[in-house]
Parts: sequence; C-alpha cells; structure tokens
Amino acid sequence: MEAIFTKQLSKQYGQIWAVKDLNLEVRHGEIFGFLGPNGAGKTTTIRMLTTLTKPTYGRAWVEGYDVIKEPDKVRATIGVMQQHLSLDRDLTVRENMILRARLHRFSRLEAEKRINELLEYTGLSEHADRPIDTLSGGLQRRAMIACSLIHRPKLLFLDEPTVGLDAHTRRRMWDLIRRLNADGVTIFLTTHYIEEAESLCHRVGIIHQGRLIAVGEPLELRRKVGMYTVVTVKNNGNSHFMYFPDRESATKYVEGLPSDVKTIIVRESSLEDIFVELTGRSVEDS
Amino acid sequence: MIEFIRDTYTVLWADLRVLRHRITRTLATSLMTPILYLLAFGYGLGRGITFNGYSYLDFVVPGIIALTAMTNSFAGAGSKLHVDRLFYRCFDEILMAPISTSAIVLGKALVGVIRGLISSLAMFVAGAIASPKLLFSPLLPMFIFALFLSCLTFAFLGELIGLTAKSHEDMNTFSNLILLPMTFLSGTFFSLDGVPEILRIALYFLPLTHSSMCLRAAALNQPFPWFSLAALGIYCLTFFVACTLSIRRHGS
Ligand SMILES: Nc1ncnc2c1ncn2[C@@H]1O[C@H](COP(=O)(O)OP(=O)(O)OP(=O)(O)O)[C@@H](O)[C@H]1O
Ligand SMILES: [Mg+2]
Repeated sequence: MEAIFTKQLSKQYGQIWAVKDLNLEVRHGEIFGFLGPNGAGKTTTIRMLTTLTKPTYGRAWVEGYDVIKEPDKVRATIGVMQQHLSLDRDLTVRENMILRARLHRFSRLEAEKRINELLEYTGLSEHADRPIDTLSGGLQRRAMIACSLIHRPKLLFLDEPTVGLDAHTRRRMWDLIRRLNADGVTIFLTTHYIEEAESLCHRVGIIHQGRLIAVGEPLELRRKVGMYTVVTVKNNGNSHFMYFPDRESATKYVEGLPSDVKTIIVRESSLEDIFVELTGRSVEDS
Repeated sequence: MIEFIRDTYTVLWADLRVLRHRITRTLATSLMTPILYLLAFGYGLGRGITFNGYSYLDFVVPGIIALTAMTNSFAGAGSKLHVDRLFYRCFDEILMAPISTSAIVLGKALVGVIRGLISSLAMFVAGAIASPKLLFSPLLPMFIFALFLSCLTFAFLGELIGLTAKSHEDMNTFSNLILLPMTFLSGTFFSLDGVPEILRIALYFLPLTHSSMCLRAAALNQPFPWFSLAALGIYCLTFFVACTLSIRRHGS
C-alpha cells in the first residue's frame, strides 16, 4: 500500500481543469515534491487529497483510505499545512494548539504534554504565548507545522512551506522537514522553488497546467533530459539550450559550433533545465 | 452524546477566547443602536402616548430587546465565520477536524447566542430601568426562553449567511436588504394590529416578528402567543439544517 495513490484524479473549475487525470504514487517514508508554476494545480491537488475539495471525477487513496468515501479516516491520519496562514490570528500559538488538540479529543493532560513537546521540537517554546498576528512569517509557518503535527500524523502535506521566507529561515525550515522525515513522517510538499525540490525531495512530480508531466528522482529526471547542458548565446543576444547524456558528447558539440557564438557554457543539467524543457517555458514567467 | 457536547464546546471555546479579548468594545458597539432607539422612540417620540392600554415605553422596550438579540446574534455568529472562511481560511482547519458537522454548526452558532444574550441582557437592564414593569411580569421565564430561542435562531441565520456569502459585499447586502427592514417592520416599534391585512401576512413571515410578539407578550403579561414560539422554533430548525447542508456541500 502506498501513502498516496490517485487514479485519474481531476478537478474542474468553470471551464478550467485545475487538475486533469492525475495518476500519482507516493511511497511511505519519502519526501515527495510537487513542483509547478503558479496556477499549475498544486493546491487543488492537496485540497482533494486532504478531503477539503471534492474531485470532479477520479479517485484517490491516502494511507489506504478513500478520500471520498472515508474522509474521516483520512483526516485522522494526515496533517496539513495550508498555503495561506490558516491559524486563528487573534489567538496565541498555544491557544491554537490547544484548539487543535481538543478537536482531536486529547485529554487536558495529554494535550499539555504534546503541546510542550511540539513547541520544543519546532523551536517555538519562547513564542508560545504570543498571538499569531505578532509573529514573523517564519515563526507563523513553524506554528502551522506544529499545529498540524498535534495528532501524530503519518503523512504530512505542506503547501509551499517556504514561500516568502528569507534564505536563512528557509534552510531552518528544510532542516525541520528533514528531521520530521527522519522521524518517520512521509512528506508531500509543493513548491515552485526548483532548488528546494532538488535538495530536499527524494522524488519529484512536475505538474503543469493541471497535468503531471514527469515523475522521478531528480537524478533520474536529469538523466532523461540529459545530464549536461550547453548554453550558447549568439551575438544578437539569443540564447539556446542543448542537452547531452555525457560530457564527451557535449564537448564534441561545442567544438563544432560556428564562430559567431559569443558565450558558451557547459554545465550539469539542473531540475530547472528539465522543467523548462518539459514545459516549454520558464517557471518564473508565470 | 458526550463527545458531541465536548466537540461543540471545543468549537465554541476558540471563539470565546477571541470574544474575551474584545468584550468591552463588542458590548459598547452592540448597545449603541438599541439605546439610541430607546431614547429616540421611547422617550422622544413616544412620550405621553399610550398604546393598547400601555405606555409606549412599556410597549417598545421588548421590541428593542428582540432586535438587539437579532442583530448581535446574527453578527456574533456570522461576521467572524465569514472572515475566517473567506479571508483567513482558518475555518478549513475546523472542517479538517474529525468531529461531526452538527457539532461545528452548533458550536459556531453558540458564540453568536452568547453575544446576543450578553447584549440583550444589558439592554434588558436598561429597559427595566426605563420600564420597571418588565421585571415583575409573571411570564419572565417565558421571556428568557423566547429570548434564548431568538438568539439561537438568528445565530444560525448569521452562520448560514457567513457560510454562503461569497464576498464581504454579500454580507452587507444581506444586512441592509433583509435585516434592516426587519428591524423596523417586525412589530418592534408598532403593533401589527393596525397594519393592512396583506402587509401583515407578509410580516408574519419574518422571524423577528415572532420574537418580538413572544417577548412583548411575556413582558406585558398578555396571553402568550404559542404559535409564534412554534414558528420561531421552525425557523431555528430550518436554519440549522441549512447550515449543516452548506457545510457538507463545502468543497464541491
Ligand atoms: N475555488 C476556485 N474557483 C475557481 N478556480 C479555482 C479555484 N481554485 C483554484 N482555481 C483555479 O485552478 C487553477 C489551479 O489553481 P491552484 O491553486 O491549484 O494552483 P497552484 O499550483 O496551487 O498555484 P500557486 O503556486 O499560485 O499556489 C488556477 O487556474 C486557479 O485559478
Ligand atoms: Mg497553491
């Protein structure tokens, strides 16, 4: 049994297919990255998998439970961090956590113990009694993760966990995600930062305009497109990308280039190259 | 059953925490309008007028209490829910919790009931000073019961609008187009006996009409309008069921 399994999962909004015929498998224990530009359908996918949005058609199983027929069982086994701040802003971190613990029917004592444990784990102990409104973006995201972990979920959904965070805060967030994963939590995260997917995820899926266009380990995807990239810039400023399976063939290509080429760069392909190659456009220009 | 009560209380608890932070402001703003009504209509316009054998002040105070209950229960349950759902999305977190829909619906309404009760009790005190008759009515228990039922009904209505409004404007439109006319027309400030037949029948379809009839009869020790109490109960149940369906439909 996979942690997540979907079959033709689809969602239509008006005329737009936000997600179309998604077939996906996420294995236990992995960090799976769902990569795509704005509007690709990442959040819609998470909302369907977490029972917040009903699919137009198709099916999905989370930890073996059908998201449509057994939403309660799904909810009890997963944790979710939404893309937008979804805590009660007027309440403190601790009050938000108490609310979450009570909704999961913890006793007062159990709740207190679990909350202190999680405050420690996420580094929030000294901020516990501050209202959410007064926290920095990084701390708010930590608080959201802390809340979503209350009931010890086996599978955690993180919708763009690092968007809008500075470089330092982002790395601390990555550390936290890795630590969670090492502690046995399967992670499904979405991102449009390619370096995030590359450095954090065991496997990535690339989604574009509602369709899954590639899935695999970052290395495997690079191999598919070509391990080496040659970027050439002509005198008129136009750049051109070519992909090669190894350094030799890339070098051979460079030697045969005409002399009006101004700049030549030979480098290892990145996930970004794969992304651009597969979607025919850059992530940034959406 | 015990789980249901616990879950309902949990949903209520979070909103009560927030209410506690702002109780003074909430009270001050929610009492402004009814006190103005009391001064303008009760003392200003109505001084010296007697009405069905009562002074106009005695007549109007229960009506003003009814409309205080309505506006505050409605806003208490509706506005925060609406903001939480559309702008802050923290309502999704409650939806994600493994608790029953009816616990969510009731919990979210009860915060409106509590706000409605606090404001209308404060109004009751102000009203009792203006018209001490109120305190000595033998029907006082019925008064309190009808007040509670009114608060619950309008809290469910507020919740329903908070759940279905697509924008802030929708919320305002409803307040201005439905609530405001209801405030003035539902027998709050005048008796429906003098109103033309057709209009009167129309006004009988407004829930606030039945609230003010029950509260007034109880306050003035008139024969109690059981039919109105039942009508209020039916509205209450209808709004509750509509809220439940609306939450179940959420996301499709
Ligand atoms: N509730 C909705 N009503 C109508 N259209 C919607 C709704 N939610 C999403 N969409 C549309 O579905 C498409 C996918 O949106 P989605 O939010 O899933 O993208 P995303 O990959 O999460 O993007 P982002 O990186 O901006 O968060 C978009 O075109 C969006 O406009
Ligand atoms: Mg999104």
